[in-house]
Amino acid sequence: MRLEVIARPSLGRLIGFPAIALALTVVFGSSLALLAGANPFQTLGLILRGAAGSQFALLETLNRATPLIFTGLAVAVAFRAKLWNIGAEAQLYAGALMAVLLGTGALGWPSALLLPAMAGAAMLAGALVLLGPALLKTRLGVDEVVTTLLFNFIMLLFISMLLEGPLKDPMGMGWPQSSRLIPDARLPRIVDGLRLHWGFALALIAAILVWVIQSRTTLGYEMRAVGQNRQAAEFAGIPVGRVILKTALLSGGLAALAGFSEVAGLRGNLSLDLSPGFGYTGIIVAMLALLNPIGVVISAIFVAGVFVGADSMSRAAGVPTYIANIMLATALLTMVLAIALTRYRLRWD
Amino acid sequence: MAPDSMAQGPVLRLDGITKRFGALVANDAISVTLAPGEVIALLGENGAGKTTLMNILFGHYTADAGTVEVFGQTLPQGNPRAALAAGVGMVHQHFTLADNLSVLENVVLGTQPLWGARLDMAGARAKLVGLAQDFGLAVDPDARLGSLSVGERQRVEILKALYRDARILILDEPTAVLTPQQADALFAALRKMVAQGLSIIFISHKLHEVMAIASRVVVLRHGKQVGEVAVSDTDPRALAEMMVGSAITQPELRAATPGPALLELRKVVTPDRGTTRGLRGVDLALRAGTITGLAGVSGNGQAALADLIAGLERPSAGEMLLHGAAPAQWSVAEALGAGIARIPEDRHKTGTIADFSLTENAILERYNQAPFARRGWLDWRAARDFAQSVIRAYDVRCPGPDTRIRLLSGGNMQKLILGRVMELRPQIILANQPVRGLDIGAITFVQTQLLAARDRGAAVLLISEDLDEILALSDQIHVISEGRLSPPFARGTMSATDLGRWMAGEGFERGRDAA
Repeated sequence: MRLEVIARPSLGRLIGFPAIALALTVVFGSSLALLAGANPFQTLGLILRGAAGSQFALLETLNRATPLIFTGLAVAVAFRAKLWNIGAEAQLYAGALMAVLLGTGALGWPSALLLPAMAGAAMLAGALVLLGPALLKTRLGVDEVVTTLLFNFIMLLFISMLLEGPLKDPMGMGWPQSSRLIPDARLPRIVDGLRLHWGFALALIAAILVWVIQSRTTLGYEMRAVGQNRQAAEFAGIPVGRVILKTALLSGGLAALAGFSEVAGLRGNLSLDLSPGFGYTGIIVAMLALLNPIGVVISAIFVAGVFVGADSMSRAAGVPTYIANIMLATALLTMVLAIALTRYRLRWD
Repeated sequence: MAPDSMAQGPVLRLDGITKRFGALVANDAISVTLAPGEVIALLGENGAGKTTLMNILFGHYTADAGTVEVFGQTLPQGNPRAALAAGVGMVHQHFTLADNLSVLENVVLGTQPLWGARLDMAGARAKLVGLAQDFGLAVDPDARLGSLSVGERQRVEILKALYRDARILILDEPTAVLTPQQADALFAALRKMVAQGLSIIFISHKLHEVMAIASRVVVLRHGKQVGEVAVSDTDPRALAEMMVGSAITQPELRAATPGPALLELRKVVTPDRGTTRGLRGVDLALRAGTITGLAGVSGNGQAALADLIAGLERPSAGEMLLHGAAPAQWSVAEALGAGIARIPEDRHKTGTIADFSLTENAILERYNQAPFARRGWLDWRAARDFAQSVIRAYDVRCPGPDTRIRLLSGGNMQKLILGRVMELRPQIILANQPVRGLDIGAITFVQTQLLAARDRGAAVLLISEDLDEILALSDQIHVISEGRLSPPFARGTMSATDLGRWMAGEGFERGRDAA
């Protein structure tokens, strides 16, 4: 058995296999619902309605998608250059921390200055968090999968320490959470009265910018060349080490924006439950999108929809929300396979 | 299985082997028989189907049609163990040996039962030493493989097959890594094996070797068996034309008009890098209007010299002069800035990025310069125009500039690389194995381009393991051995045999004294 490259995949192939993958995910999720004693059709209906059945549901999904777009972009940018950034979670918290440090009254600037300052500081912090592992990789050959992964735990413990100590909200009744942001430090809602905040628009802009960088700039060309064939990139005179560092700065900065946007747009303060693993889910989002920045937006909305829909379904049908995680895992595995099958043909000989 | 009991029939019969990969017919009804004590040569260009045929024999592929018979018995399809058990041994071009084991351990590896209580090393040693003596394949059974030369490793690889009682030996391009003298020694050993009744299939594209060792030649072209002749009834030229399918035209050679040295190395030393041998005090002058050939067995410092000129490596001692002056800095950027055209040894891994389009690959060395980039922004239209012009001028056969380059054949890939660097009319050209693995049409094209560059005054360094190519194209020849460079030999003063002695390391002390 071997794989044969398809030079020009047909449209049927390009749509058919991902559709089959989606169908398999739905069938698998439904059978799990059946096992949990619920009506699978009703369960699916509830998930769909919970994710997109009303204006409220849809905006909730887009809100949930916002941090996933940022972390998905962070992962996509890094993976494209074969920099395996598993530490988007740590970078997210670094961004959230900067937002809180600047936004809880330390700077009395007007909103128009304060928000960009917070975002900039967040990006800088996230970039620096990834710069360490990237330097270790380029200088000493240390595997960044290990360092970025472990950094997540260091960062969470560090935040925990701060929230129990200097950053603890004196009005927080003893809960480990920070003070709340001042009103000028909050991201406004896009439309008055609806929950969707400007973080979502920022995420869309970020996705477009990343796409432009990757396809139109020499930096993007360098990042893709280093990722596709490091040896050829070196031969062509591309400064591989420097490109990896630049990639790390961009990736870390993007992940940090997720933290900024969650704190300034949604939560208003920092606590340890800020991210239910957005950094890790970003990997799924990026992989489903084939590392394409515009695809990241779509896959982030899909992933967020499954989570939001499953939450709402769980309340109504009594099926555990774990089903969302299982469905996403199934979607990822089948989709990765399906995408491979759009480009390769299996030969039995 | 005694060989004389089989003396009547053929030891191996491939009958009507057909193998298709999609639309490509890799083997089209190929039939080959091999008699006991016979050497046949399988001749063909890259992609002619030689490897596919051997893979079918060894059960790595299953044929769409046809049968494989060894000693009168049909081999089951798709079972790699069957061929080995039946007494067929293969010596691969790329050795399958473990560097950290001894010769004896390498030979025994895989022949002992996995759950056996203890290894019968004494018996194995006796058998190995016996085989080595019988066939004149001297090796020290206790030497660690990592310390052996390429020629010795090949002997181990052959002994490994003989140790497994192979009666049919298949050698895939066995002389590619040998000096002419080492090749002669190999041929002597092969003749001893044949005298003892072994049969040999010799895969090659070197015609004079085929003429020297084989009694019959089977020629493949585009998957078809285009001829089968006795060596006594043919000559190299006829074989070449049969292999290519048309009359062969040699590139026209004009007299050289040497100019000043454009690139000079004086006592240059570079460090060893892992298994890559560095340079040990190399003197070299590349003159305008000449082709300098670099001959040598692979792994003797060619890579270090190529990396140095390409800007990937710096001299740790000695001097490098470009147009008479030492460059202050040395990197790929400086090499490109100095107008050095670089044709890398490995076009797949170093020369191109497989999933990049032809356009993206065409600008690989100049992606951040005008007209392809301004202030960090790429101008895809300029890039695409450039790719189009290279495709037209260098006859790159492809669906268009947006095609991913991995879909191109090696020859077309090489033409794009050639066009990418030649469009700048470079003064210094580093051509590292520029025609390896190409078909004759592409070879002629590339060589004609190199000669044209020389005729307009460029200095060309041609690195090749093919002595015929070196002898045909070079105005002067250096031999590289263990990081040292021989004095230059002018065209016509050296034969392949003379060069072979230098390749084996002889003459270097003498050469040093004379210099």
